[in-house]
Amino acid sequence: MSNHAHSAPAPLGGSLVTSLTKTMALLIAIAGVILVVRLIFGIGSVTNVNDGYTWGVWVVYDVMVGSAFACGGYSVALLVYIFNKGEYHPLVRPALLGSLFGYTLAGASVIIDLGRYWNTWHIFTPGWAQINSVMFEVAACISLYVVVMWIEFSPVFLEKLNKDDLRRKLGRWMFLFIALGALLPSMHQSSLGSMLIVLGTQLNPLWQTMLIPLLYLMTAISVGYGIVIFESTISAIGFKRPFELGILSKLSKVMWGLIVAYLVVRVVDLVVRGAIGEAFKPNVMALMFWVEMAFFIVPAVLLASAANRRRPDKLFLSAVCMMSGTFMLRINSYLVGYETGEGWNYFPSLPEMGLTVGIIAIEILGYVVLVRLLPVLPKHEAAAVK
Amino acid sequence: MTMDRRQFLKGMLAGGAVAATAASAPAEARGNLTMPPKAMGLLYDSTLCIGCKACVSACKESNHLPPEYSTGEQLWDTPLDISGKTKNIIKMYKDGTGEHKDQEKDGYAFMKHSCLHCVDPSCVSACPVSAMLKDPVTGIVTYDPGDCIGCRYCVLACPFDVPRFQYDKAFPKIVKCELCNHLASEDNDTRFQYSACAQVCPTGATLYGPTDQLMAEAKRRLALKPGTDHTVPRGRIDGNDRQMAKAASYVPQVYGEKELGGTQVLKLSAVPFDKLGYRVLPERSFASVSETMQHSMYGYLITPAIVLGGLVVAAKRSLRDDEDNQE
Repeated sequence: MSNHAHSAPAPLGGSLVTSLTKTMALLIAIAGVILVVRLIFGIGSVTNVNDGYTWGVWVVYDVMVGSAFACGGYSVALLVYIFNKGEYHPLVRPALLGSLFGYTLAGASVIIDLGRYWNTWHIFTPGWAQINSVMFEVAACISLYVVVMWIEFSPVFLEKLNKDDLRRKLGRWMFLFIALGALLPSMHQSSLGSMLIVLGTQLNPLWQTMLIPLLYLMTAISVGYGIVIFESTISAIGFKRPFELGILSKLSKVMWGLIVAYLVVRVVDLVVRGAIGEAFKPNVMALMFWVEMAFFIVPAVLLASAANRRRPDKLFLSAVCMMSGTFMLRINSYLVGYETGEGWNYFPSLPEMGLTVGIIAIEILGYVVLVRLLPVLPKHEAAAVK
Repeated sequence: MTMDRRQFLKGMLAGGAVAATAASAPAEARGNLTMPPKAMGLLYDSTLCIGCKACVSACKESNHLPPEYSTGEQLWDTPLDISGKTKNIIKMYKDGTGEHKDQEKDGYAFMKHSCLHCVDPSCVSACPVSAMLKDPVTGIVTYDPGDCIGCRYCVLACPFDVPRFQYDKAFPKIVKCELCNHLASEDNDTRFQYSACAQVCPTGATLYGPTDQLMAEAKRRLALKPGTDHTVPRGRIDGNDRQMAKAASYVPQVYGEKELGGTQVLKLSAVPFDKLGYRVLPERSFASVSETMQHSMYGYLITPAIVLGGLVVAAKRSLRDDEDNQE
């Protein structure tokens, strides 16, 4: 198939004030109030985190899961620019936009969880920066990637602003930013897993493995494709655009291959380390392990069939499973499988979840507003009037 | 688009390079750090402890920490665990009738919990901003709030659950025992000269001194026949204050000798340590495992640089193909 004559991206247009955008604005306002309370009365005033589970959803969801869900741009760029699969080109801009918001907010929201946020700049400053810390690598690498992504996305703004000269100059260096945009997430997405290694035996052997960086990286890449399918489906319904079945069907096959490879690595690792027995113990950790695994096994089975890969409902279900599995791997390894001592427990409080919901709302609102204003989604003649 | 063999090989090369960032060959392993030359620490002998909690009180006084209430009247400082207000605690183990001291069945025992000052501390390895540091000479693990960003990776990483955080404050700090390191400063306005917990301990259960001397003392006690009369130092190991004691039926282990490459705070007990909240731990430090992994992937940024080179080649080719197709 040679379809490089893609329809050029164009602004979607349409009203910015809808019931969806108003709802998102309300959720963001609520999160703003929670943030103010947190800043005045401390993290404990709005969250349930404690010294046994010091990282709650503000870290484990907002950063670990949030940045993985923001891997659409990275995963599609790998396919298009590194493996030279030009046919996926129409997916680049929408995926990159989702990533831009996901990552920028993952980076910004972690500051809310930092107890002494006014010192954040120490991480990047020689004299303070501690290079043996896996967190240093994660922080430096995510920050750099956010900058790289804004540069990668800047042609969209420059196109809108008619700065063609600047756009051409930037275009000559784009290969470097594309290469960095493929390198940096490979580094920090795996490091988000490496951060678990120092926890040692506090983490259940179901998740404490030297391969955890690889498991985190493989799920980050494959969930990137899951997110693209998810976002495309929602966009098709929400913006009443045609469902891009051909391209998404092919993409789902790539995702399927990665999921199968992931499952092989995951199971072989458990067997070789002799940790598989933990999965059959009558406890919550084993149960949650199987929930996590089920979310990978379902799409691995579903997408094996070519007929299923041509059905939007099955594609969407597989994407949601892939996202849930990625979510569970991170929740399990940072919260469920972690035990620092006896007597601790944690479940997020309502305001704690409220702030996380507010951050998700910023992403949705930003995405909707920008695809209406900027040339992001491929132009569809029939639906362009919306 | 058709892909010729050359393009395919290039693609494979780039893909392999991406995989290499995740699973690169192990470089030289970073072993456990070793005991600093003048390592200072504590020896806590559970069998000498009477649970008076004078050490808990003195610790608060020395470190200017507020009382913590767990009873309705809020009259006494009654912390239940170390916390953002408490750096040192005496906990009690009780089994069955709880009649006999230092006995696992139907007995009771005390255990002191505070920072163990690991030889190869996870908190220092985890801290991204050098707020947790291990003194190269005394080995004391110190914390500087001026450096700290409050990420609490140290709280998560510590295998002994020691660093605690002030969740109830707008400008919070990490709180952990620093072996009363501040008393060495000239503006020491307290009545203490060395670790307050050891200085006030009436029975010598908590003893302060150089870790090698503390280890020798611990080994001496383990070698005694249970019931033997002997004397133990009180306060600091190199002082003159000595107490009469009867050798206990110790568990034949100095906790902290081997755990995670050793700790500078050592413990003796007659009740198995895992009953007192001290887990069985491997001899290789978690920090060394983590840093070996990190250094083999990112040492001198060699691997990322090689991978970036491959990615640049691949990206340039794709962009060129893209232009060719548009023309």
